[in-house]
Amino acid sequence: MSEKIDARGLSCPQPVVLVKKAMDKSEKGALEVLVDTVTSRENVSRLARSAGYQVSIEEKAGEFLLKLIKE
Amino acid sequence: MTNLISFFASRRGIISAGIFIGVFAPILQKLGNPANMGICVACMERDIAGALGLHRADVVQYLRPEIMGFVLGSLIAALAFREFKPRTGSAPLIRFFLGFFAMVGALVFLGCPWRALLRLAGGDGNAILGLGGLAFGVWIGVLFLRAGYNLGRSSPAQAATGWIFPVLMMILLLFAIFQPQFAPGGPIFTSSKGPGAAHAPLVISLLVGLGVGFLAQRTRFCTMGAVRDVILIRDFHLFSGILALVAAALVINLILGQFHPGFANQPIAHSDHLWNFLGMTLAGLAFALAGGCPGRQLILSGEGDGDAAVFVVGMIVGGGFAHNFALASSAKGPGAFGPAAVVIGLIFCLVFGMAMRERSKA
Repeated sequence: MSEKIDARGLSCPQPVVLVKKAMDKSEKGALEVLVDTVTSRENVSRLARSAGYQVSIEEKAGEFLLKLIKE
Repeated sequence: MTNLISFFASRRGIISAGIFIGVFAPILQKLGNPANMGICVACMERDIAGALGLHRADVVQYLRPEIMGFVLGSLIAALAFREFKPRTGSAPLIRFFLGFFAMVGALVFLGCPWRALLRLAGGDGNAILGLGGLAFGVWIGVLFLRAGYNLGRSSPAQAATGWIFPVLMMILLLFAIFQPQFAPGGPIFTSSKGPGAAHAPLVISLLVGLGVGFLAQRTRFCTMGAVRDVILIRDFHLFSGILALVAAALVINLILGQFHPGFANQPIAHSDHLWNFLGMTLAGLAFALAGGCPGRQLILSGEGDGDAAVFVVGMIVGGGFAHNFALASSAKGPGAFGPAAVVIGLIFCLVFGMAMRERSKA
């Protein structure tokens, strides 16, 4: 079961702050992050990749669901 | 198109944006803009406030086309890449005052972060104090972010909301081109002496502005974010952009004979180290709490972000107040009430930094 973070409507750097906090809580794991701007998508993806997560992105209706997985 | 998108998001993309600003700012200076002020968002918005008669300091009044260019360049990029997204509703009044006090702090130092970097690249040692203050202010902002500071969510808005600010910029651009006089003598005011009278040809200023706006929108170039990301998440992506800016500007200044190292008698600068530092501490903290440097706020305004536009309006009004109330510095040093205004601004930021902490969710 992956933790879900709704970062829609939050401006920089809030989405990254929320995801970083969630990452710090669990060293391994899976996160699902919902964002609504391309900037947030890029920022969260960059943070996740640098922290060793694999990132997959689904787009629907102008929103992006980022699935972050770390084995 | 996909390749282009990933290029802009890459390390090379952000470095390209930094180089573009670093190359063209000194060239704008060579073509007429004030010394070490090829681009300065704070100074240029202050000049716009003056041109509109929001202050009457007759040496800093000019409708700077670079500012309109940044917003419209960002608008073009956002429309072209389907990122134009009207949104608003995240604590606009607080953002207004963050913009207001950011401008006050920047005008005590005499420059936004972009100009601080350009001053450094021109050899102005006082910029070191300003950049130190900026980093200190951003660091305080990061402490608030870690403690849960948050201005709340914005909501998607009607398309018209997103167009207000770009259309305002188009109107100002028409004013800049046609120079209408609304009363004898102005507004529109245009300086006949001082920094306001120093400017590159309008078309060139506008084109460079459009280019910077386009690139900065694609790459999310942000000076405050650069410092914040290093402190907050040890990420050097944006920071590589500002390093590129300084390096490029330094090279161009050396080629154009615009590099003059030292602290004394630097152009449109003073050497009051304490208030150079604290002025930019206030600015850096206000930028961090608002989520972007002045350049970034213009870019976001072009993407339809109504909250960023409120921050910009706060800056322009702040520019008016800074000169009407003797808050802005001059080459002689801080204005009579500049230091007091910086203290009030810092108190405002600290109070709202504390007050806007979100209780941890159950």
